[in-house]
Amino acid sequence: MVDFKTVEVETDLLILGGGMAACGAAVEAAYWAKQHGLKVTLVDKAAVDRSGAVAMGLSAINQYVGLRDGQNTIKDYVDYVRNDLMGVTREDLVANIARHVDSTVHLFEKWGLPIWKDEKGAYVHEGRWQLMINGESYKVIVAEAAKNAIGKENIYERVFIVGPIMDGERCTGAYGFSVRENTFYVFKAKAVVTAMGGAVHVFKPRSSGEGQGRAWYPPWNAGASTFFTLKAGAEMTCQEVRFIPVRFKDAYGPVGAWFLLFKSRATNALGENYMETRKPELENWLPYGHVKPVPANLRNYLMLLDVMAGKGPILMRTEEAIQKIAAGSGDDKAAKKKLKELESEAWEDFLDMTISQAILWAATNTSPEEKPSEIAAAEPYFIGSHSGASGAWVSGPEDLAPAEYFWGYENMSTVRGLFCAGDASGASSHKFSSGSHAEGRIAAKSAIRYIVNEKPKAAALDAARIEALKAETYRPFETFQQFKGATTQPDVNPNFIRPKMFQMRLQKLMDEYAGGVTTQFTTSETLLKRGLELLAFLKEDAAKLGATDLHELMRCWENVHRMYQAEAHVRSIMFREETRWPGYYFRSDKPKMDEANWHCFVNCKLNPTTNEWEMTKKPIVHVFAKPGEHELLGG
Amino acid sequence: MPSFVNPEKCDGCKALDKTACQFICPNDLMVLNKDTMKAYNQEPEMCWECYNCVKICPTQAIDVRGYADFVPMGASVVPLRSTDSIMWTVKFRNGTLKRFKFPIRTTPEGQAKPSGGWDNAPKLDSPTLFTEPESLGLPAVWTKA
Ligand SMILES: Cc1cc2nc3c(=O)[nH]c(=O)nc-3n(C[C@H](O)[C@H](O)[C@H](O)COP(=O)(O)OP(=O)(O)OC[C@H]3O[C@@H](n4cnc5c(N)ncnc54)[C@H](O)[C@@H]3O)c2cc1C
Ligand code: SF4
Ligand code: SF4
Repeated sequence: MVDFKTVEVETDLLILGGGMAACGAAVEAAYWAKQHGLKVTLVDKAAVDRSGAVAMGLSAINQYVGLRDGQNTIKDYVDYVRNDLMGVTREDLVANIARHVDSTVHLFEKWGLPIWKDEKGAYVHEGRWQLMINGESYKVIVAEAAKNAIGKENIYERVFIVGPIMDGERCTGAYGFSVRENTFYVFKAKAVVTAMGGAVHVFKPRSSGEGQGRAWYPPWNAGASTFFTLKAGAEMTCQEVRFIPVRFKDAYGPVGAWFLLFKSRATNALGENYMETRKPELENWLPYGHVKPVPANLRNYLMLLDVMAGKGPILMRTEEAIQKIAAGSGDDKAAKKKLKELESEAWEDFLDMTISQAILWAATNTSPEEKPSEIAAAEPYFIGSHSGASGAWVSGPEDLAPAEYFWGYENMSTVRGLFCAGDASGASSHKFSSGSHAEGRIAAKSAIRYIVNEKPKAAALDAARIEALKAETYRPFETFQQFKGATTQPDVNPNFIRPKMFQMRLQKLMDEYAGGVTTQFTTSETLLKRGLELLAFLKEDAAKLGATDLHELMRCWENVHRMYQAEAHVRSIMFREETRWPGYYFRSDKPKMDEANWHCFVNCKLNPTTNEWEMTKKPIVHVFAKPGEHELLGG
Repeated sequence: MPSFVNPEKCDGCKALDKTACQFICPNDLMVLNKDTMKAYNQEPEMCWECYNCVKICPTQAIDVRGYADFVPMGASVVPLRSTDSIMWTVKFRNGTLKRFKFPIRTTPEGQAKPSGGWDNAPKLDSPTLFTEPESLGLPAVWTKA
C-alpha cells in the first residue's frame, strides 16, 4: 500500500470550492481579514481559473437589478423570485442578495468582463434582469480577482474535499485528499464557508453513451455541498425543488437569448404554441398560474403535456424570430446587415457557454435563420442558485430577517461556524452567477464578523481521529487491493463495486423511482418508498467501493456525495404531500397543489448521533407586505 | 468525444512546468502518458466539451469530436484564443465555413484589482460590503424602511 502523507493546514477562514460564490467569498474575506490579521484559505477540487458551472464561460449575467438607474426595486426582484418558485422563497435572503448584486456586477466590469453597451453607454439587457456579456473568460477574470485578493499561496487546487471536521456542534474545518499527490489534507479553521456547487448525474442522463458528459449541469459538481452540510448536522431546505431546464435538445444549448432577446416562440410540430393552447391548464395552479412571467416549471409542464400527447418534436422557431427582426430593421440592405449581426450573436451565445450545441448545429447543417431547432426538457439537477432551490437553511441578515429566520450571522447554517453560499445555500433561487458571487461576499463578511466577535477556537483534533478519517477516505484503495485477485476482469468482482457502476445504479434507481426522464418526471409515495429501500442497499454497498488510482478515488467519493443528495431529495418529495412544481416533478398520488397545508418550506436534517433523518415544515414569513393579486401579476 | 489529442502535435508540454491540459480540465480527465509523453482523455463519457483543454494547449494538439451517440460526423468547431479575443472557425458537415471573433476581456491579463478602485472603509458591523456603497452607484446600501 502506498504511503499517504498527512498535511495539516491551520487557517482562520476556510473557503470550500472555487466557483462563483467561493471567488466572491475570497475577494470579500481578504479585505476584512487584512484589517483583523486573519488568514484565509481556499480549496478547490479543480483549477480555480476554470472550475465550477462557469468554467466554459457564459453569455449572460442573469441577475442585475439596476438600482443605480432606478430600473427596478428590491421588492420587484423578490416578487419575481417568489412567484417563479410557486410562493416558496426566503424573501429576506433574496432581498439581501438583490441589494448587493449590482455592486458585484460593477466589479466584474472593472476587472475586465466585457458587458454589452448600447449607443448611449447603457448595459444591453437580454431580459428585465439579464445583461448580455462577451463571457468566454468570465470565470478566468473572476478567479483572477480572487487570487489577487487572497494570494496564490493560500489556494489549494486539485484537493477534493470529502467532509467536515466538527468540534462538538461547531464546524471547524474540512478534510480531503489531493488528486495529484499522495497527500491527505486536514484543514483546521475557525469558520468555514462552503460553496461547492450543486449536483448532476444523481438522475440518469438522457444520453447513455459518450454524451452522458453533456448534461446541462457540468459533470464535475457532484453534491459535495449537500454531503458536507448534512454530515455537519446542519438543516437543509427545499431538497425537493430540483431544476429541469428546457434547452435545445441533446446538446442543451441555452434558450434565454432566443426567448428574451430574439423574442422567439416555441411551438409543437403542428405549429401550435403550447403557452396559448394549454393556457386553461394554468387555472389549476392558482394563484401562480396567473403570474407574469409564467413560472418556469409551469412553462415546462405545458410543454410536457404536448410531448405526452404525441405532438412533438417541440421546436424553437429561430427562423421566424430572426427573419422578423431582420425585416423590421428597414430596407433590404439594412435587413441583410441585421441578419449578419443576429447570426453572429446567435452563434456567440453557444460558443461562449455551450460549444457542443455549435458542433451539433454544424453537424446537422443547421442555420438558425433557415430552420427551427428542437428543444426538450433535460434531466433533473440540484442547483439552488438557478431555478431550483435546494441548499442549506441559513440565517438571514439582522435588518431584514424575521425572528424565525435569524440566528446571529447571515448565511450561517444551523451549525455554528458553517456558512453557505451559492448552490450551497437554499430557498434563495435566481441568484445565478452574479448573485452567487454577491452571496459569497455576504457569507464571507459574516463569517469574519463571527470570528472577530466570538473568537472561536480553532479545531482541536487528536491524531487518532485524523487517522480514522484518513483510513476511511482511502478505503476504496484497500478494498481493491485486498480483493483484486478474485477475478481476471477487474470490473467484475464479487467483493467490490467500482464507482462507474455504482453511479449507474444510483441513476437507474432515481430515474425509475424518483421521477426521472423515463417516467416523464412522475413519481408517487409507493415508488418513492421502494426507491428508499433500494437506496438503503446502495448505502451499505458504498462501503465496498473500490478504486485503483486517485482519479477513481475521487469518483468514489463524488458518488457517495450524490447518494446523500439523492436521499435528501427522495425524503423531501415524499414528505411534501402535494404537487407544487408540476414541470419539475409530478406526484401522481397527490396531483394537486395544496396551499392550505403545504404553503411552507420542507426542511431535513441528518441527526449526527442517531444518523436518522428528521423532516420538518417551516413557515413562510413575508418580509414585505403579503403580496396582493396585482403584485402576483408582476406589477 | 469529447476532446482528443493529435499525437503528431502533442509534445507533452515538455517545455512547461506543468502539463497544460491536465492542469486545466475541471473534471480531471486529461492525463499525460509518461511513456509516450502524449496526453489523452481518460474518461471521454465524462467530458463536458468545455474546450478548456483545447484553448490552453500550446501546440493546438487537442480537438473535439462531437459525442458519437447523437452528433453526426464531419463537423468541427475550432477556437484560437489570444489575450483579448477569441476566434472561432465552424465547419459544417456540408462544408460550409463560418468565422466569428469575439472580445474576451477589457483589461490586461493578471491585472484585475480586487477593489476595482473603490477604496473605502465600511464597518464590519453593517450590511455594507467592501467597496460599497460606491460600487453600487448609490449613496447607501438599501435597507427596509
Ligand atoms: C449550464 C449553465 C448555464 C448557466 N447560465 C447562466 C447564465 O447565463 N448567467 C448566469 O448568471 N448564471 C448562469 N448559470 C448559473 C451559474 O453558473 C451558477 O449560479 C453559479 O456558478 C453558482 O455558483 P457556485 O459558486 O455555487 O457554484 P460553482 O460556480 O459551480 O462552483 C462550485 C465549485 O466547487 C468546487 N467543488 C465541487 N466539489 C468539490 C469538492 N468535493 N471539493 C472541492 N471543491 C469542490 C468546484 O470545482 C467549483 O470550483 C448557469 C449554470 C449552468 C449550469
Ligand atoms: S473539453 Fe473540458 S471536460 Fe473535456 S477534457 Fe477538455 S477540459 Fe476536460
Ligand atoms: S496541453 Fe497539448 S501539448 Fe500539452 S500535454 Fe496536453 S495535448 Fe500535449
